[in-house]
Amino acid sequence: MEHSGKPNKIRLSTNPTNEALSKLKIGDIVYLDGVVYTGREGVYMRAIEDGEPIPMDLPAESAANFHCSPAAVQNEDGSFNMGAVTATASFRFSKWIGAWFKMSGAKLILGKGGMSPEDYKKHFVPNGAIYLTTVGYGTGALLGRGVKQVRALHWRKELGLAQAIWVIEVENFGPFIVESDLEGNSLFERENAKIAENLSKAYEGTRPAVLKRFGETDDRKDELI
Amino acid sequence: MISIDLIQQTAETLMDKAAIEIPDDYLDGLKKTASQEDGDLSSFVLQAMLENYQAAKEDRRAMCGDTGCPRWYVKMGNEAQIEGGAIALEAALRRATANATNGVPLRPNRVHPLWRTDHDNNVGIGAPEIEYGFEPGGDWVDLITVHKGGLFGTDYRMLFPSDGIEGIKRFYLDCLVAFGKRGLACQPAIIGIGLGGSKDTCMVLGKRAACLRVVGDKNPDPKIAALEDEFKELGNSIGMGAMGFVGKSMVIDCNIEVGYCHTGGMQMSVHAFCLSSRRAVARVFGDGRVEYRTDPDWFTDYQRRDTVEWNIPENQTKSA
Repeated sequence: MEHSGKPNKIRLSTNPTNEALSKLKIGDIVYLDGVVYTGREGVYMRAIEDGEPIPMDLPAESAANFHCSPAAVQNEDGSFNMGAVTATASFRFSKWIGAWFKMSGAKLILGKGGMSPEDYKKHFVPNGAIYLTTVGYGTGALLGRGVKQVRALHWRKELGLAQAIWVIEVENFGPFIVESDLEGNSLFERENAKIAENLSKAYEGTRPAVLKRFGETDDRKDELI
Repeated sequence: MISIDLIQQTAETLMDKAAIEIPDDYLDGLKKTASQEDGDLSSFVLQAMLENYQAAKEDRRAMCGDTGCPRWYVKMGNEAQIEGGAIALEAALRRATANATNGVPLRPNRVHPLWRTDHDNNVGIGAPEIEYGFEPGGDWVDLITVHKGGLFGTDYRMLFPSDGIEGIKRFYLDCLVAFGKRGLACQPAIIGIGLGGSKDTCMVLGKRAACLRVVGDKNPDPKIAALEDEFKELGNSIGMGAMGFVGKSMVIDCNIEVGYCHTGGMQMSVHAFCLSSRRAVARVFGDGRVEYRTDPDWFTDYQRRDTVEWNIPENQTKSA
């Protein structure tokens, strides 16, 4: 068990300087100020595969792409009611992330569960970007408190409420944990490796299934879904 | 006769409660787990979760932005009569689900599997699910809503009698390790295990074990209850905590439900009811009373009966 004490807490702009990012270590706790926008498979497919122009000035408006669908509604008068905010699992967006960095100039990817070490090395590091993971993953109410207001909702008709681009003004928006740093180190990878060392003990006295399944592995370092 | 307006009104309140208020049994279980966690990051996560539940209640906002897939479990006392019958009941529950999606608000999670059509109200083909149970006696209906979240944490496997307890343990650990990495199961969770039945009923049993039993209760079969304790401890001993960080907070409680199965098989399913274990319950009586609670009390002796006839226990014959 590691006892490095309580994690550091840091306030960070949603258009961070390279210097600010270089100070962040994996495991640090981050709270954001500025503007974040949601964008997931619907947005990536429309912008990257269909070539539709992004209806925002990126990264000037925001360099923080949130893998998220909020629990929110647009009222009849056009105003918004945003309750809770929670990230969705990011590994599913691997195929678009390289092209998205080029298009958006994003420096912060916010989401659930991180992405693969290959994605960090190949796409995050060359673009000077880091990954921030939400906490829990259920701190939706705390994140909701950090939302000042919804600035805009783009592609609502084309993609629906859950997949649309929500542009959100935030203050002290968090907590997030630094999952990958500018060098591409990954907190989840580090923790997985530590846990894997001791797993065989927990498995003592168990037995593999009598009938195997295709593609089955007994290597508990593998990540499976 | 139970008024249909009262059912819809109660159902809307339940949708709100489930999304916002963490049930006390889960909260107490998490507090206990948090007090024992010594992994720094895992501890930080659990403290943030405890603050989050508080923020949700204070602000009356959903505790998690992914508000899960709302579903209904309806249990009817044998004497209950609902105004308009079962068709009216289902319409009222669908209306309550749609209204609450825009009211709380909830995330409009439900889409067509192929065309991704979203009605923005969590209602569609087969959604919300409505499942039924019955109890001897009683002029009441229990409305239970569960908003189970998560794409990860659930799996099924056909095991065989020769796999034995060792094989059951292996599959249980496989599920925790596979879905616990990066915290994809949103642990610590209430783990439900279904054993036996057939493939579909095994999944139903496991899901109900996770969602319809509370933290701290025990299966009435003492040997199964002992397994529940053992599995809870085993799950918390793999070295993994919240978000897949080093720690020991995986399992808030482990609940096992069984059903008689084919003589050659031993079906097993594992389900994880996440950090936002959303459930809310109300009993609506024929005389218009409504009692809210958080314990579904689904698995009664009647639900678990193993005999041909149901003989009402003597201490219940007078009230029935």
